[in-house]
Amino acid sequence: MSERPFLRMDNIHKSFGEIIVSAGVTLEVEEGEIHSLLGENGAGKSVLMSILCGILSPNSGQIIYKGRPLNIGSPREAIRHRIGMVHQHFMLVPNLTVAENYVLGQGSPLRLIHDMEKVHARIRELSDRYGLGVRPDAVIEDLSVGEQQRVEILKVLYHGTDLLILDEPTAVLTPQETDRLLDLMRGLVKDGKTVIFISHKLDEVMRVSDRISVMRDCRVVHTTRVADTDPRELARLMVGRDVLMELPRAPADPGDVVLSVEGLSCRNDLGLPALRDIGLQVRRGEIVGVAGVSGNGQTELALAIAGLLPIDSGRLALNGRDITGLSPAEINARAFAHIPEDRHKMGILMPLSLAENAILERYDQPPFAARGMLQRRRIAAHTRDLIARFRIKTPDEEERIANLSGGNQQKLVVARELARDPDFILVSQLTRGIDIGAIEFILQEMLKQRDAGRAILLISTELEELFAICDRILVMFHGQILGEVPADRSRLEEVGLLMAGQKAGHVAQEA
Amino acid sequence: MTMTQIERDGRGAAAVPILRLVGRAVARAAVAVALPAAAVAIALACGAVLLALNGFDGADVVNVMILGVFQDFRSVTEILLKAVPLILIGAGLCVAFRCNMWNIGAEGQLYAGAVSATLIGISFEGLSPWLYVPAVLVAGALGGAIWGGIAGFLKVRFQASEIVTTIMLNYIALIGTSWLVTGPMRDARAAYPQSARLFREAWVPDLIAGTRLHIGILVAVALALVLYVFLYRSSAGYAVRVVGINPHAARYAGMNAGRNMMAAMCISGGMAGLAGAFEVAGVTHRLYQNISPGYGFEGIAVALLAGNNPLGAILSGGLFAVLRSGSELMQITSQVPQVLVSIIQGIVILSVVAFAAIRIWPRRRS
Repeated sequence: MSERPFLRMDNIHKSFGEIIVSAGVTLEVEEGEIHSLLGENGAGKSVLMSILCGILSPNSGQIIYKGRPLNIGSPREAIRHRIGMVHQHFMLVPNLTVAENYVLGQGSPLRLIHDMEKVHARIRELSDRYGLGVRPDAVIEDLSVGEQQRVEILKVLYHGTDLLILDEPTAVLTPQETDRLLDLMRGLVKDGKTVIFISHKLDEVMRVSDRISVMRDCRVVHTTRVADTDPRELARLMVGRDVLMELPRAPADPGDVVLSVEGLSCRNDLGLPALRDIGLQVRRGEIVGVAGVSGNGQTELALAIAGLLPIDSGRLALNGRDITGLSPAEINARAFAHIPEDRHKMGILMPLSLAENAILERYDQPPFAARGMLQRRRIAAHTRDLIARFRIKTPDEEERIANLSGGNQQKLVVARELARDPDFILVSQLTRGIDIGAIEFILQEMLKQRDAGRAILLISTELEELFAICDRILVMFHGQILGEVPADRSRLEEVGLLMAGQKAGHVAQEA
Repeated sequence: MTMTQIERDGRGAAAVPILRLVGRAVARAAVAVALPAAAVAIALACGAVLLALNGFDGADVVNVMILGVFQDFRSVTEILLKAVPLILIGAGLCVAFRCNMWNIGAEGQLYAGAVSATLIGISFEGLSPWLYVPAVLVAGALGGAIWGGIAGFLKVRFQASEIVTTIMLNYIALIGTSWLVTGPMRDARAAYPQSARLFREAWVPDLIAGTRLHIGILVAVALALVLYVFLYRSSAGYAVRVVGINPHAARYAGMNAGRNMMAAMCISGGMAGLAGAFEVAGVTHRLYQNISPGYGFEGIAVALLAGNNPLGAILSGGLFAVLRSGSELMQITSQVPQVLVSIIQGIVILSVVAFAAIRIWPRRRS
């Protein structure tokens, strides 16, 4: 490490309430290098960069930039310091042209007229210099995702930048577009810029970086020159070996097949293939995990099994009976429980009370409904029972669920689903965004369910959670199941490699 | 955030639950009454200033608009008469709005109901009133329900914004009614464009002899109660609310969102249609071009002020009826020009709705 680094982020801490998102991160970036930030989802990469460009302010820690302490409070100030970030989700106005997007928010708010000729000329000049092929008069919504990304990168260059941050830029690109982007990054560095490249894809990081910092659990755990490392070591660092939770459990005793999925293929809501020929089985008395970097088809897998996403081909069966193409209500009625990935989007109704949330799928069934009327006393008694059994912290069952903490909200979802006495439980992101205490309680509860003979499919991006309770782990990559690994912590590295698309030591070819 | 949570948790569970519940109910009721009252007070103050600036007596606004309308028993019955369509429409719209269906078409649905009721009411001479009156009212409700259902269908089937389609359907219903009473349904003997008179057996009976007040006020209050029970005590109403709060959660729970949206549109349309039927069968006894002075639009404000709660619509419908009577009285008795009265009325509605928005705003985040 040099004496006077270009950028040094020193011991950066950031938390939201009890949730720590940056736990004393230290990162050094040298001038004129491509520095990759590698890590799984939730490792703290984006948070760190948001702090660097003024979107979030750290609780403590210091940033030294170009030899001077940097203290910025807004993205606009970051631009003034010639720090530019291209976000994962583009910040462009779809019905404006490229040039109009670039002048938005520029200069004094009272300045209503811009010399668009000059803007166009400068965009053309920059676009030619880096070979971006961006036309200043193109309307954003007519452009492909790859083109929009080049518009975003050019926007940063247009505003003037020495340090360019790219947040998971390849997540939305085709392999060809990715190649082009990596070339562009090399070109920018040749031109004297410094690039921070955020990614969780090992092969890209190995191809383009000068140096790599691996993040895990909201810390930088290792920084290395690319020549001094290999994908295997990086995968091990990404996944980590820390054991946070060791829950006592007996070996599984799997019985009959409860859920069987054969040849399942489907598309996501954009019409792109999301699942390709998925096959899996879950037996009575076992917890099967599905690991993978998010966005590899896990969301679609859960929705397809629950009947919430139409499938292109394949067969789903529950307890030996075909459920392919059934409605969510019909699937729910077949001893099927579902703890959804995003409880705010799907699992709970924020403005309603706990009692009203506790009957979501059974609002028209006895004992909660009789002759079309809600049986309020029974609903209240049932909810109080759930509150007691799951130790949900709430004044009473009439409290609005929005007033509860995330962990207590999730406990209600889990309690509601388990109370339906299911044979099969589909679980997505069981412990996302909740506190440690609730995590342990909920995981224990899932183990009890397993021992009671229920079949559980747990889809998660949290390896800790998967290894804590699963019996075997399937790894998804690009909509396929790339492999199966026993849920033994000594096999952690193997799971990490599969998650990065590497099978048996080879880089999986992108289709 | 977490601090308050811990505090609440620590105290709440052990504290006396009944006191909590009562306290919560009182607080809610206080807010529910205080906000509209403040809204009306502010609006009337603005009105008084406006009058004073134009050389009239500012106190007039209170004298006439509030005190004047309660001067005798007859004026009270006139207020209640105006409250009938406002409560019916407002309560119905509560159901639509709870389902997140922005039905702006109650005015058109009222006309559709008035036309249907008239068609039945002029066609079957000699029918027993016990049969005829309900038939006319049901016809009105059906007409309105179909008119609302069209917009619901377009929304569910083609994702057409119900805000746009209901507004367009308003024009069709209003202009269609004009065409009917100047053309096919016109009473040839009358100088004005109007339909034939409904048969006497089809008239809605008066509630109090010697006044125009008919039994519609009882029906309106009863139906508002029924809709409250439907929304908050029945399984079907629960589904309507869930669809309105979060369609993803509704699908997850196995509910058919489209069916619930249709139901919400048909219920709100039916209530507006019933209001139209009461106007022709209870008040005018004929179909006219301008059978409604804008009850359908005022009903939107009634529902918003009620916080989309049908019980609240009884009160807010009554309030809007007072304001409407007041401004009519002002036009008749004082020297204030009609435009000023309309402006004051507009300020009142604006202020009331703005105050309602304050209360609704934080709830609609999710």
